[in-house]
Amino acid sequence: MLQPILEVEGFNKTFINHAQGTIIPSSNDVNFKVFPGRLTALIGPTGTGKSSVLKGVYRSYLPSAGRIVFRTAAGTQIDLAQASEHQILDLRREEIGFVTQFLYCLPRRGAQDVVAEPLLKRGMDQSEARTQACALLDALNVPERLWSVPPATFSGGEKQRVNLARGLISRPRLLLLDEPTASLDPLTTDRVIQQLDGLKAHGVAMLAIFHHPELVERIADDVVTLKPPVAA
Amino acid sequence: MDKILEVRGLSKIFGKGCPQCFESTGPEFDTNICPHCGSVVAAHDLSFDLYKGEILGIMGESGSGKSTAVKNLYFDQMPTHGEAIFFDDDRQWDLFKLNAAERRWLRNHRYGMVYQNPNLGLNFGISSGGNIAERLLMSGLAHYGQIRERARELLRRTEVMIERMDEKPGAFSGGMQQRVQIAKALATQPPLLYLDEVTTGLDLSVQAAILDLILEIQRELNTAMIVVTHDLGVVRLLTSRVLVMKYGRVIESGLTDQILEDPQHPYTQRLVASAL
Ligand SMILES: Nc1ncnc2c1ncn2[C@@H]1O[C@H](COP(=O)(O)OP(=O)(O)OP(=O)(O)O)[C@@H](O)[C@H]1O
Ligand SMILES: Nc1ncnc2c1ncn2[C@@H]1O[C@H](COP(=O)(O)OP(=O)(O)O)[C@@H](O)[C@H]1O
Ligand SMILES: [Mg+2]
Ligand SMILES: [Mg+2]
Ligand SMILES: [Zn+2]
Repeated sequence: MLQPILEVEGFNKTFINHAQGTIIPSSNDVNFKVFPGRLTALIGPTGTGKSSVLKGVYRSYLPSAGRIVFRTAAGTQIDLAQASEHQILDLRREEIGFVTQFLYCLPRRGAQDVVAEPLLKRGMDQSEARTQACALLDALNVPERLWSVPPATFSGGEKQRVNLARGLISRPRLLLLDEPTASLDPLTTDRVIQQLDGLKAHGVAMLAIFHHPELVERIADDVVTLKPPVAA
Repeated sequence: MDKILEVRGLSKIFGKGCPQCFESTGPEFDTNICPHCGSVVAAHDLSFDLYKGEILGIMGESGSGKSTAVKNLYFDQMPTHGEAIFFDDDRQWDLFKLNAAERRWLRNHRYGMVYQNPNLGLNFGISSGGNIAERLLMSGLAHYGQIRERARELLRRTEVMIERMDEKPGAFSGGMQQRVQIAKALATQPPLLYLDEVTTGLDLSVQAAILDLILEIQRELNTAMIVVTHDLGVVRLLTSRVLVMKYGRVIESGLTDQILEDPQHPYTQRLVASAL
């Protein structure tokens, strides 16, 4: 039996807005597992806290309750909800990637360098990292004339592909994807699916949210339906 | 990863101070001025760790104590209380117990500083190349040709026009002055660099180029940095962890993306909301 790389138990996220004195319930009692070489899709209507689960796993949101047990490459288990900031930063560099809905990057840096960055952080040399970045941009249908241009002026779909490429390039052991194809045309979406299939073949585990139910049908191996939040 | 700096309970009072200074100032009192003695509690009980090659941010409004934290660690001021350890290759420096000669040695060999105001970091009476040469001399390099070559290389790296290295910094734009300051700070390849509002007041495009330069350097030299700024964009782009200060206290700290996307403290929530 394949061991899960991620086991989420009783995950909960609630926001407290002090200025407005409000409590906003988000993810509610979420339980699932993610396996190497398989993709787990989170589904449910808007507002059920899908993105909050991904951000909780990545720790860009602070989980309100629950355990998020990650099995590291070294074989140890670590509860991401409790891990120290430096443990999280190490895991983000080496093992856990996130393709978010928005791209944050430096205004002056060309797309190929933005994409190459995770490889450089791991210590790969510049020219090798760039070569890989260009190959991936090509595979994702980003026209060559854009490779050296800073993504700040790109269209939504172009930015999304740069963001995807940056997330995929280092082949993290666990990849989180938040609506990675939301602004892409069908042809480009097919290219993305091919890439994700390729990652599965390399044993990458994925936890993803898709905009279109057909995509869940096509690529998800496991599906988790989130419950609506409990009103405070 | 290894620790390079450990700060515990750092406090700084300006004024004579009294036993009630700490208990009667801070965010809950909405002031950093002690009502009993009128002293300013610029920083109180700061504790944090910095790891090699890591960029830590200190953010907060004007007057919250950000620069005070850095000035004490850089020995521009002496703290009222607290302890800080700098972990060097072969020894640990108990920073606030050092004598003047030891402090000078650390500043010349292990630290770099880039001030918001280039007047503080640069000598405006000598050329830009001379500013860098001066620092190299202080660190022990003595051969004229080598010094000039190294200065040239540093200015090239920070994208200052080499043909202008013999001009005084006063002849340069603000952005260029900051580049010269960065080149000077990097002259000795210090493992720890302090940057205090280094892009404040510069054009957006100049800011972007300087931030980019700082990140490239961090990657090339694995320099640990403490970046003081009130600009959340700078925090987002440069830092991996951040401390939020108000009235001399750290009111919240964490991973940078978490602090910006899911702040917990009411004050941080307001700060982040007002920046959007
Ligand atoms: N030399 C000094 N003498 C007296 N008070 C001082 C001195 N230096 C700083 N302070 C006071 O200490 C507090 C913190 O100052 P500090 O310079 O650390 O703030 P900061 O967070 O860096 O602000 P800014 O964003 O404006 O640079 C302020 O109230 C300031 O007026
Ligand atoms: N950073 C945040 N601060 C406050 N409330 C938030 C934040 N992020 C999400 N929420 C709230 O949490 C709930 C779930 O959001 P989200 O996780 O984005 O849902 P989904 O991805 O399922 O649409 C919503 O009510 C949303 O407004
Ligand atoms: Mg969402
Ligand atoms: Mg200041
Ligand atoms: Zn007092």
